[in-house]
Amino acid sequence: MAPETLALPSLDVLRSELESIRAAGLYKEERYIHGPQGTEILVEFPAGAPPRKVLNLCANNYLGLSSHPDVIRAAHEGLDRSGYGMSSVRFICGTQDIHRELEERLSAFLGTEATLLFSSCLDANAAIFEAVLSDKDVMIADRLVHASIVDGMRLAKAMTDTYKHGDMGHLEEKLKEHADKRFRMVITDGVFSMDGDLAKLDEIVALCERHGAMVFVDDSHASGFIGKTGRGTPERFGVLGKIDVVTTTFGKALGGASGGCISGRKEIVDLCRQRARPYLFSNTLSSVIVAATLKVLDLVSASTARRDQLEWNAWYWRKLLSAAGFDIKEGESPIVPVMLYNAKLAQDVARDLFAEGIYVVGFFFPVVPKGQARIRTQLSAAHTKEQLDAAIGAFVRVGRKYDILGRTKNEIVEKYGL
Amino acid sequence: MDDLRKTILDYVRREYLEEGDDRPLDATTPLITGGIVDSFSMVSLKRFLERKYDAKIPDADASPEAFNTVESIARLVMKFAPEKAKV
Repeated sequence: MAPETLALPSLDVLRSELESIRAAGLYKEERYIHGPQGTEILVEFPAGAPPRKVLNLCANNYLGLSSHPDVIRAAHEGLDRSGYGMSSVRFICGTQDIHRELEERLSAFLGTEATLLFSSCLDANAAIFEAVLSDKDVMIADRLVHASIVDGMRLAKAMTDTYKHGDMGHLEEKLKEHADKRFRMVITDGVFSMDGDLAKLDEIVALCERHGAMVFVDDSHASGFIGKTGRGTPERFGVLGKIDVVTTTFGKALGGASGGCISGRKEIVDLCRQRARPYLFSNTLSSVIVAATLKVLDLVSASTARRDQLEWNAWYWRKLLSAAGFDIKEGESPIVPVMLYNAKLAQDVARDLFAEGIYVVGFFFPVVPKGQARIRTQLSAAHTKEQLDAAIGAFVRVGRKYDILGRTKNEIVEKYGL
Repeated sequence: MDDLRKTILDYVRREYLEEGDDRPLDATTPLITGGIVDSFSMVSLKRFLERKYDAKIPDADASPEAFNTVESIARLVMKFAPEKAKV
């Protein structure tokens, strides 16, 4: 019998899409890090090149806990005590005593009534809106919220609307416009990941109280260090306990592995426990991460030294960049964007800084709006003053090469285009 | 430009452009594919048109393609509220 001819689908369309990504200079290449996360890391880039030691200015390792010996020890102990995997979702046979303990500890830390763990904050954001809101409701989001929130909103039946970034007058117009809805949920990041600015949570809460609306905050870039005791943007703006829903991650300041949660009013969290699809249909959070996150909460609750150091580092780094003549986005968070506006310039500067031993990444459209390309620098409590002083030297050398020091936005755009 | 197109263009400027953003916009400027209006924000434009022209634009007709330019939006309004839109 003649062999059957297999008619495999042609992947030409996908090849052509990949080609167009490359042609646009947007193809992402991974850099291989040899060893644990830290302020100084060994990076193999491009693939196959000998690893070189570079100063890391692009990790979300805000408190320097990703490779902290106490956290690693707690993870080992958790592994020994609670095992590796649970081979189950939470509601079948995947909930351990330490999951309950972490949920209770997070509620106390975040100033909320209840908490539900997820495998990531992306999962938490994918879960919340669909589980709680219906077609009788509206979600009113700041226009710069994180992509995972946008995806979560897409899954919900509620109407979507947006307000101009940080524009409280526009938000109030929207609250009035949607007064006919059952629930109006105002949705914002606590700290915006690309600009590093903070949502004006005191004003948002006041507006929502006046109009009877709910407040949702993704505090992933704040939990553990924003606010005097690191409880996040609600603490910073004096509205702890007044946020209906907080989502956050353990993948940044709180240990840096993965995992996240929905935390907030009891009824909302309970409904997520009944309906949230990433909770119902995905495995429980690994006990190793649970045990390590409990240790992280011990560390951040025992002392504010790390978040205080981070605050100083961010202030110092901003001062160095400004004094050198870089165009930075002002703010108070440890996310410090160096504005370059032109996508190619952002990539060239990042490449040259890598050659100088500084690891940063250029961001451009579609990650940030067109004409807003930048280098996003991120501080850690583990950075030393000496490291930052060395880094600014490299930045100045590269800045001089491209003649961008002391230049205004218009001058940079005139020279390099948008 | 007639009143209908001017009304839509004014709303787009007010609602979607940041203060100080004075980029040129006309009836054929791509709004959604041009990154000026995203699909989430489109809802406020649809609600504005429905109120202003006392029309009900079915969700199936309110596609991103139909909302991509002031010109295509104007055609949509003319289809669902021809009398009001002429006023």
